[in-house]
Amino acid sequence: MLSHLVKQPPSPPSSDKRWKIIGATMRRHGYEPDALIETLHAVQEAFGFVDVDALRFVAASLHVPYSRVYGVVTFYHYFTLKPQGEHTCVLCTGTACYIKGGSATLAAVEHKYGIRPGDTTKDGKLSLLTARCIGSCGLAPAGVFDGEVVGKVTSDEAMRRIREWVGHDT
Amino acid sequence: MILEVLRQKAEDTRRELASAGTLINVCKGTGCVSNGSLEVLDALDEAANGCGKPCKVRGTGCRGLCAAGPLVSLDPAGVMFQAVKPKDAAMIVASMGESPETLAQGSAKDHLLDMNMPFFTRQHRVVLENAGKIDPERLEDYIAQDGYLALVTALTEQTPQEVLEVVTASGLRGRGGAGYPTGLKWSTVAKASDRIKYVICNGDEGDPGAFMDRSVMEDDPHRIIEGMTLAAYAVGATAGYIYVRAEYPQAIARLRKALKQAQQAHFLGDKICGTSFSFNIELRLGAGAFVCGEETALIASIEGGRGNPRPRPPYPAAQGLWGHPTLINNVESLSNIAPIVRNGAEWFSQVGTEKSKGTKVFALAGRVNHTGLVEVPMGITLREIVFEIGGGIPEGKRCKAVQTGGPSGGCIPEEKLDSPVDYESLAALGSIMGSGGMIVMDETSNMVDVAKFFMEFCMTESCGKCVPCRVGTAQMNDLLGKMVSGIATQADLDLLEELCDVVKHTSLCGLGQSAPNPVLSTLHYFREEYEAALAGTNGKATEIAS
Repeated sequence: MLSHLVKQPPSPPSSDKRWKIIGATMRRHGYEPDALIETLHAVQEAFGFVDVDALRFVAASLHVPYSRVYGVVTFYHYFTLKPQGEHTCVLCTGTACYIKGGSATLAAVEHKYGIRPGDTTKDGKLSLLTARCIGSCGLAPAGVFDGEVVGKVTSDEAMRRIREWVGHDT
Repeated sequence: MILEVLRQKAEDTRRELASAGTLINVCKGTGCVSNGSLEVLDALDEAANGCGKPCKVRGTGCRGLCAAGPLVSLDPAGVMFQAVKPKDAAMIVASMGESPETLAQGSAKDHLLDMNMPFFTRQHRVVLENAGKIDPERLEDYIAQDGYLALVTALTEQTPQEVLEVVTASGLRGRGGAGYPTGLKWSTVAKASDRIKYVICNGDEGDPGAFMDRSVMEDDPHRIIEGMTLAAYAVGATAGYIYVRAEYPQAIARLRKALKQAQQAHFLGDKICGTSFSFNIELRLGAGAFVCGEETALIASIEGGRGNPRPRPPYPAAQGLWGHPTLINNVESLSNIAPIVRNGAEWFSQVGTEKSKGTKVFALAGRVNHTGLVEVPMGITLREIVFEIGGGIPEGKRCKAVQTGGPSGGCIPEEKLDSPVDYESLAALGSIMGSGGMIVMDETSNMVDVAKFFMEFCMTESCGKCVPCRVGTAQMNDLLGKMVSGIATQADLDLLEELCDVVKHTSLCGLGQSAPNPVLSTLHYFREEYEAALAGTNGKATEIAS
């Protein structure tokens, strides 16, 4: 029969059990190329970021050129190619948050910890990110601290929460 | 037969809820959850357990007044409490059975919301009719509000053509912002001869400052499923996709659950409710790209690629997802479908203006007292929304402008607030209806800064495919940056105006075509602020307060 022509899916980059989740996602979509974004979501959810090994594995599994996978992962802001710190602080930069002074909070965190949005502190404790709008405009300025949506985030409130993570002397 | 079963089920659930005694509804919308409503829910559960009075504590959707959360309401008494903390649970349980008048005298008065305030009384709820009244995670609750009645009636007693005619006659226009007649869009897809057709629900609410669609997806997910299935029946589609932003985890979770429930109850899948019609819906996640709200970019994203738009025509109605005719409607448009089919076109079109029928949901935010979600009849004035429903500007400040339509819209100055809210009037003011973000600004906002804010957004979100948008937004952002820093010259201002014209008229898709709108509208109404910035004296009224 033709079964010898059907390529076996490539083996995952490591023996990490989380690859099983990725494999299951691709299988559910029949290894169709249009499952690319869904698969990348699964990778990021399992590992926290999408690295080059993951991209190559996904490209080979879905029979999508590596260049296209790279093009897609870099097109969408939601995907990150760098590992995140121990804690993440996402500050919303949507319109309501901007009008309510969200940019001052962002500037304060940037200044205090010497990082820009997308960066992680050297000790790997804190990642600072921005979001275009998290849809919590009624509570502006808003942020997401380790997955928890927080409203009315003043500079002081953001600093207080971050200090709890990284200690006083950072 | 099936219709009777559905009616019976609705009746049973209504009776069950009525016999439960007082319903203690705790808002589980994203706003209230981030204010701690889940802890309140637990505390109330505990307090209600041992109180000896008949009652049922449940989580419901958003009541709209996000700024005052967490909100707890008691039904059928019609009492609502604001800023509830877990320690207030005993007080709320003790309030059961008391009239609002009695409560206003007692210890509960600090938490009591006046249900007669314009924020509640001036709204007209169609899309949000169930929000806050049902537990979004229970299919029975939706059915109790006559959910799926329209779908089952249509499938068993109406032809696709009849459903299409009702939607056309209702005068519903696209709620994504452009206002294209929904019936017309449907009939184009219905006429296409392809055997495979798709329906897509656009839930990529990327406009910063807007969260109406998030709320509907979270608070009433079955409404979207019913609307999509009715649409699929009318146009002859076989499969559907709901495209949601990954930034809305709660909406995704609720939709997933609702889809599963609908499939189990045979409102989706093969031979829906025993009829010959089959239709299924899959969820697809966005990944943070504003341009994917544009229909051709959204299709490219569902196909697994970069969200690059392509020239139209061919429109998706003729050639869309995987080359097949595709109907793309926004969440709010689809949320209007079930009530229209259930209550008739006339019922829907008696609200609104001559050309803009029905209601519109706005996310009211910024410098306004009652921030949150409001649904108003078309034709209401902006002033009524901001000053009556929104309760005016905090700290005694003066309203300066209202921004609608997000990065594609414009700033409407205070003196024009008496204009009615409809597609044509907002366009005449240099803004657009948009998807429903409404940001109020007071005198502390500098309009050149605001224009730069939006331009920076468009620059970052430009997909880079066409030159006018990719290069033009970057150049305009630089010019606005010079103005904000006070180093711009008259030549810069002239160039900015010229670029606005070029980018508007030569960009490939809506993102670029509308990117100059915030600049054009602020130039039109607040030109003096641009000129003050030129003169070297920084025109900022005051620094934006932190």
